[in-house]
Amino acid sequence: MSSFFSIGAYLLFGILSLFMIATATSAGFAIHGVIILIACILAVATTVGRLQPAAEGGWLVPDRSNGGYHDGVVKAGVIATVFWGVTGLLVGVVIAAQLTFPTLGWGVEYLSFGRLRPLHTSAVIFAFGGNALLCTSFWVVQRTCRAQLWAPGLAWFVFWGYQLFIVLAATGYVLGITQSKEYAEPEWYVDLWLTIVWVAYLAVYMGTIVKRREPHIYVANWFYLAFIITIAMLHVVNNLAVPVGFSDKSYGVWAGVQDALTQWWYGHNAVGFFLTAGFLGMMYYFVPKQAGKPVYSYRLSIVHFWSLIFLYIWAGPHHLHYTALPDWAQTLGMVFSIMLWMPSWGGMINGLMTLEGAWDKIRTDPIIRMQVAALAFYGMSTFEGPVMSIRSVNGLSHYTDWTIGHVHSGALGWVGMISFSSMYFLAPRVFGVARLYSLRMINWHFWLAMGGITLYTASMWVAGIMQGLMWREFNAEGYLVYSFAEVTAAMHPYYLIRLLGGVLYLLGAVMMVVNIWMTAKGRVRDEAPLDAGAPHNPHLDKPLAERPLAPAAQPAE
Amino acid sequence: MAFENHAKIERNVTILAVLTLVVVMIGGLVQLVPLFFLENTIEKVEGVRPYTPLELAGRNIYIREGCYSCHSQMVRPFRDEAERFGHYSLAAESMYDHPFQWGSKRTGPDLARVGNRYSDEWHVQHLTNPRDVVPESIMPSYPFLKKRELSMPDVAAHLKANRAVGVPYTDAQIENAMADLKAQADPNADPTDLQARYPKAQARDFDGDPARLTEMDALVAYLQMLGTLVDFDSYVPEQNRR
Repeated sequence: MSSFFSIGAYLLFGILSLFMIATATSAGFAIHGVIILIACILAVATTVGRLQPAAEGGWLVPDRSNGGYHDGVVKAGVIATVFWGVTGLLVGVVIAAQLTFPTLGWGVEYLSFGRLRPLHTSAVIFAFGGNALLCTSFWVVQRTCRAQLWAPGLAWFVFWGYQLFIVLAATGYVLGITQSKEYAEPEWYVDLWLTIVWVAYLAVYMGTIVKRREPHIYVANWFYLAFIITIAMLHVVNNLAVPVGFSDKSYGVWAGVQDALTQWWYGHNAVGFFLTAGFLGMMYYFVPKQAGKPVYSYRLSIVHFWSLIFLYIWAGPHHLHYTALPDWAQTLGMVFSIMLWMPSWGGMINGLMTLEGAWDKIRTDPIIRMQVAALAFYGMSTFEGPVMSIRSVNGLSHYTDWTIGHVHSGALGWVGMISFSSMYFLAPRVFGVARLYSLRMINWHFWLAMGGITLYTASMWVAGIMQGLMWREFNAEGYLVYSFAEVTAAMHPYYLIRLLGGVLYLLGAVMMVVNIWMTAKGRVRDEAPLDAGAPHNPHLDKPLAERPLAPAAQPAE
Repeated sequence: MAFENHAKIERNVTILAVLTLVVVMIGGLVQLVPLFFLENTIEKVEGVRPYTPLELAGRNIYIREGCYSCHSQMVRPFRDEAERFGHYSLAAESMYDHPFQWGSKRTGPDLARVGNRYSDEWHVQHLTNPRDVVPESIMPSYPFLKKRELSMPDVAAHLKANRAVGVPYTDAQIENAMADLKAQADPNADPTDLQARYPKAQARDFDGDPARLTEMDALVAYLQMLGTLVDFDSYVPEQNRR
């Protein structure tokens, strides 16, 4: 029954895509029509294939070897996360190279910095981060609720629908289809599609929580749920627009100062709820699991959850200090940004202190080491953020590369590291093998990433502060000392160091690809144990198969 | 303490979801809603008008190429910015911007008042290859803009969509949209009607190729009008305290 409904819906979208192709006034809109048409054909074909009684090993059949949970969609999500992660980092390295060597675009419109920059940000935030959140949330909600996914077919729709959103957004930027609102660049029809996918995601997630066999909803799910609900609200309000006929161009309903605040209410909370609340949900499951310890404090998790989600939403105006936004709004944004420091550190403390009694694992378990580094970077950037939100500090830092450094200490350090560690946790489990291919390669990944982040953030701090000071320097006669172009030229060495940092970070991610690829093939690398100098302790180096696979996580306390 | 009562929330997903939604709505409501109702949010100034069709086409190219990634259009009230870029930006100057282009990063300089600061020839050369005129520049080159005809067959529909979101385009402006688009970059056309509909509109051949209406014409026309509309001689900051 539901299959026939799906086929009908896909056919309807197929007709719409034909209409897009037929009426397109721009090549980009026609290309998007073709992409949607191909997606519809594939969707109909797989749905028709599924009309047969579900065969063993089919998409909708729970994985018996893994505690009876629906892990197929999680496995697909792990692959997608790794793929988009490397893609997004690669584009980042390309645009970092373009800022260092500006002729690298060769005057080709599809390769210019302005079109590739949103490709980079969307690929790492929404494709890499989004897939990491999708697959971990489907894994976590099943275990912590001790229930199979509600509507696993719909979960697969969420996964593939989200990939279609990514492809439409990414090709759109390269073709010049954009709304120009940062982190919300996709045009109106792509936004509508994401809304459909997101509602389905919320339904699967809440449906699974409703059928749970645990009395309490575990804290990780509060964060995932807050992330899903808030992103829906932000996405709809910020993207309201009136299209120009049936084309790839629209004009947003908000204008000027109101649009600016709406955009940064959205933009800052894409950080707050996508890159923070969602990944805190991830942290609240995978850190206690990997450490084998319960969450440090149940009360702290309650206090910091509610204060975090309440305060974050106010912080947007700190992106608009000294602009034409009225002062009262700027002040509100600054005050709440500073208050936000406390609940942010609540999350960091709760995560780090979970390791109490297991600190030795930092030495022996490279996954724990990554998680600890992630939490440390989370703590650092959520301290730096409030500092930068102070108006007088922001007067210097705004518009400079300091902001870029700040964003990347959070993105590479917190979001990247916590996602990589979760992928390493999931890989052997979803591919049904005893252990990861190599722990030493995780160690290499860790140190390459740390080196990359250090070069990146340090160079951008120096560049940013220098830029800010050079712009405002007057000489004794009262004239500006530096022209804008001179300041640009002074940035060159720092942009080169940043590029090197990005390359190191990318190399680390490539090691992850190899490691997870070989894990999927069931191979185990012949290597010395990690703490080769120390006497080998077999209790700390257990293959996964000796543990019961996928036990239900205990709610905190 | 009241932590025992939290069990009620964490045992019921509906309560948890609704409470979460309520909590995350408060901040946005308090900050966003007043901006639409407080009369002093947007200053009362003379001169701000909707974009001409050619400027709007140029603005759409500016958006398409992601210029906002590196260029702000928001001068802050600092001495160095006043010196470098001009009078600080007013909210009124972007009141017809759907969406706003204030930007967030200055890899390149602020463009809020770039209009009439450089010649058309400078802009054409600079966009075609920035390093020909600014050796230190790290801007991408856009040689294709000058080669490509401006394609905006549905220009009236663009104005109508803008009117639907609140830009006060008149019926006359919408009716004459295509004529105005062509007239503004045609050195042989009479710009009187265009300038009656859009005061201070600059009409001339912008790209150095009078025979063709290119994307370069549109983008340079947009850049040359940025920050030129408000008459700051008649602007009294004290009357616009916020």
